[in-house]
Amino acid sequence: MTAAPESAPQTGRPLPRKEDARLLTGRTRWTDNIEPPGTLHVAFLRSPMAHARLTRVDASRARGLPGVAAVFTGTDVASEQGSLPCAWPVTEDMVTPPHPPMAVDEVRYAGEAVACVVARDPESAADALEEIDVDYEPLPAVLDLEEALAEGADLVHSGAGTNRAYVWPFSNGDVDAAFEGADVVLARRYRQQRLIPAAMEPRSVVCAPEEDGYTMWSATQIPHVLRLMLATVTGIPEHDLRVVAPDVGGGFGSKLQVTAEEVLLLLLARRLGRPVKWTETRSEGFQTTHHGRAQVQDVAIAADADGRLRGLKVDLLADMGAYLMLITPGVPILGAFMYPGIYRMDAYSFTCTGVFTTTMPTDAYRGAGRPEATYAIERIMGELAEELGMDPVELRRRNWITRGEFPYTTVAGLTYDTGDYEAATGRALELFGYQELRAEQERRRKSGDAVQLGIGVSTYTEMCGIAPSRMLGELNYGAGGWEHASVRMLPSGKVEVVTGSSAHGQGHETAWSQIAADRLGVPVEDVRVLHGDTRVCPRGLDTYGSRSLVVGGSALVRACDRVVDKARVIAAHMLEAAEEDLEFAGGRFRVRGTERPSAAVQEVALAAFAAHDLPEGAEPSLDSDAAYDPTDFSYPHGTHLCAVEVDTETGAVRITGYTAVDDVGTVVNPLIVDGQVHGGLAQGIGQALFEEAVHDAEGTLTTATMADYLLPSAADLPRFTTDRTVTPSTTNPLGSKGVGEAGTIASTPAVVGAVVDALRPFGVRDVPMPCTPERVWRAVQEARNGGEGR
Amino acid sequence: MIPAPFTYLRPDTLGAAVAALAADEEAKALAGGQSLIPLLRFRLAAPTTVVDLSGAEGLRGVREEGGAVRIGALTTHHEVARDPLVAEHCALLAMAARTVADPAVRHRGTLGGSLAHADPAADLPAAALALDAEMEVEGPDGARTVPAAEFFSDYLTTALEPGEVLAAVRVPKRTGWSFHYEKFSRTAQAWAIVGVAAAVRHRDGRVAEARIALANMGTVPVRAHEAEQACRDASGPEELRGAGALAGRAGSPPGDLHGGADYRRHLAGVLAGRALAEVVRS
Repeated sequence: MTAAPESAPQTGRPLPRKEDARLLTGRTRWTDNIEPPGTLHVAFLRSPMAHARLTRVDASRARGLPGVAAVFTGTDVASEQGSLPCAWPVTEDMVTPPHPPMAVDEVRYAGEAVACVVARDPESAADALEEIDVDYEPLPAVLDLEEALAEGADLVHSGAGTNRAYVWPFSNGDVDAAFEGADVVLARRYRQQRLIPAAMEPRSVVCAPEEDGYTMWSATQIPHVLRLMLATVTGIPEHDLRVVAPDVGGGFGSKLQVTAEEVLLLLLARRLGRPVKWTETRSEGFQTTHHGRAQVQDVAIAADADGRLRGLKVDLLADMGAYLMLITPGVPILGAFMYPGIYRMDAYSFTCTGVFTTTMPTDAYRGAGRPEATYAIERIMGELAEELGMDPVELRRRNWITRGEFPYTTVAGLTYDTGDYEAATGRALELFGYQELRAEQERRRKSGDAVQLGIGVSTYTEMCGIAPSRMLGELNYGAGGWEHASVRMLPSGKVEVVTGSSAHGQGHETAWSQIAADRLGVPVEDVRVLHGDTRVCPRGLDTYGSRSLVVGGSALVRACDRVVDKARVIAAHMLEAAEEDLEFAGGRFRVRGTERPSAAVQEVALAAFAAHDLPEGAEPSLDSDAAYDPTDFSYPHGTHLCAVEVDTETGAVRITGYTAVDDVGTVVNPLIVDGQVHGGLAQGIGQALFEEAVHDAEGTLTTATMADYLLPSAADLPRFTTDRTVTPSTTNPLGSKGVGEAGTIASTPAVVGAVVDALRPFGVRDVPMPCTPERVWRAVQEARNGGEGR
Repeated sequence: MIPAPFTYLRPDTLGAAVAALAADEEAKALAGGQSLIPLLRFRLAAPTTVVDLSGAEGLRGVREEGGAVRIGALTTHHEVARDPLVAEHCALLAMAARTVADPAVRHRGTLGGSLAHADPAADLPAAALALDAEMEVEGPDGARTVPAAEFFSDYLTTALEPGEVLAAVRVPKRTGWSFHYEKFSRTAQAWAIVGVAAAVRHRDGRVAEARIALANMGTVPVRAHEAEQACRDASGPEELRGAGALAGRAGSPPGDLHGGADYRRHLAGVLAGRALAEVVRS
């Protein structure tokens, strides 16, 4: 038995990720690599039309094809398929239309499943799809949010009588007074284009009937939520269902969902008594994995002449798509609390109207409501600075919550526990070379250079550590926000950590090992982390919203502390000392202030296992578990600065510098934090410059492949300069704040702000996202031709 | 996605490939697969036979042949981009090849495949047109040669008759010429919104003769004749850019997600001016 080394703490070390070798080589259990014996393969026939009545679905020819085991239409499963769940009725009177996993009599978005083939191999299934005849009677597509709300508009759900899903208001302070007495009032409309999450691993589901129920493997972020929802939708008892999220290749919110395919595969496994499998193709995924953003934001801000903010008004139209999926209606509401950002102001009002359209439903996408909010406030702060003739950093400095004011309750009602906006901004300005770049910008403006320089500023915060269950309850969300962890001390002194959060690329196995190693004083390589299987990890609420470390890591801290508490009792007995005389450090119990023999935690674990000589009342195990429910959200923040060159002749935008200084509280693994920031920046820059899901007038997705939906690659991104400041969170024992979404939230306004800043001399005030070369060029043309810019 | 069923043949001679293609009107030739395989997987193409040319001898490699450089149709973009004969005599082709998609595509995709597929947004057809390349075509009735100017007949359509295979590309050596390929795309891997392939003979900073071909300015690669004329005897960035601007008048550009027709015309003019200025400066 070796004693734990008394080495430097693992927390804070840039430990290479334990899971990377298997993930990067693909030699692992991706769902598509799983195929139980006798598996049948499923393919879905999907509507090419956005809105149509199904007058005939004839599968008779397909049923007779070689290799085809069965074909099911919506009618065939109508009595058992139920309705896909929405867990967040944001208002009492929210309109929640039924959402059949397979369309029965009407399709409401292009890509909705109308039939499925089950065959002995994927090839036969694909061939058979072509032999199913469907007659569609076209109905009007509903695409524009404002038109959808107009009197007499064509309806997505005729039974609902409206395309309005809900209206959710919030208000604090006297907004009218704030605006009436203001020296400056600015109003802007921003469009959050629809985005396609595009995780590297496509969705994939395998479902196998077993003696005592069903096992589903799914490329999901939420095995625990999925199991409960599958039971609810299908009526199959929850304890007869096992859901496994094996290694999952990215989600970004798109796998925070209970999908039609998951429900249908469970039904098919039950009907056929055989394992069934489906993996989406990339273009199928573009059409039918939920989309993100898709909002129209009307924002107005009121300020005094010296820049002091008085009030903010936000009126939002949020595109729900055709149905309300798991948290579709709640996504813009998550943003509602973030519009005031890091600023003090007197009054704030917010209204969100959820609108149905004949498109793929929207739902959580990296940041989920918070990027939209941050975009709006940071863009309009840039506009306000321009209006006041003030440096945009100075305007922010005059309004942000200063370091002495924490904890600070914002006008949106959140209490920010900690932060230091001065420190993060100061560091960012220094690393970026802000003054030098402003001077260079001035030179180019004076010389009329065809390539202009722009600087964008984003001083963001976000709410992470989702979430305090009590607050979720107040928002009418269907579940809590706690997380669970267990620690199993094996007889040999090795450790198994079980977490209820469900990694899909975040590096839980490494970070959780580091936490356990420090708390238990064991070598980091002696810890194995288990996750993503409802039979192995029976309790959990999974991974999304930058919650895993903050909530799940805190649960692990608690569970480890309980192990130590149990061990202390046995160690005291072993060392013939009183419990209160023992100190625990570096994995050893020692009698305080003496040179007496000590006991390593591994020795205590073995003693507990053998149980030959335990103190009275002690259990023969050190295993412990804990559920942690955060007392409040955590609030990471930071300052991002972006420099772009804009070629005014072609409209081309090139990011020449990007500095991100983030404060994510205590950092467990800086390598993982850097990776999260880099990836987040790539996605935020993607929204700013490249990505947009476009539908034609009939509602067909025209950006259905990667040739038209442009994702940035490394070649399109600059070298990022990243640094951190650290003000530990006080709302959780780790002091961490969450980092999964920070880069995405902060970067979009920094980049677009920089593009607009470059074009200020032409009078341009906005370029709609994504700022494509053509849009940039047109904005310059229109401004030159006497318009006010876009 | 999964292609519709087809018969797969991999003949070991060009003659056998031609025979196989001639035997089935619905047959398609497969070179590097970078265009055909996606079309098959989307079921946008459903040939009954796919004739894989990769087994046929003599279709790959670069050699000198008199006043020309002969490049086998199955020579990959990567090979074209780094070939010393290409670099010496017709570097424009290498410049264009280096901009195609990403390294994976450049290692699989072939020169002949790109030309025969004839996507108007592709880079190599424009370069071949600017260089006045000749296509060596092998068919059931023997061999024939088609100049680039006659090879691209419409969107995704060439002068190749059923059963014919593009065997090689002959590019005339252009001693004393300089080249530049100016590609404008939204991301590094994306298709060109507009591409400008410029071949220029110049003396003392003054243009003697220019050949400019444009990618994605019509259903086929197009020559910018007006700009070519205007830049004769031009010198200095101002004049060259002025002449280049006339390239925007060529072709009949499409309007799509990535750019309207008017924007493409504007871009072609700006990019051609830059290409000319770049060539003359070099």
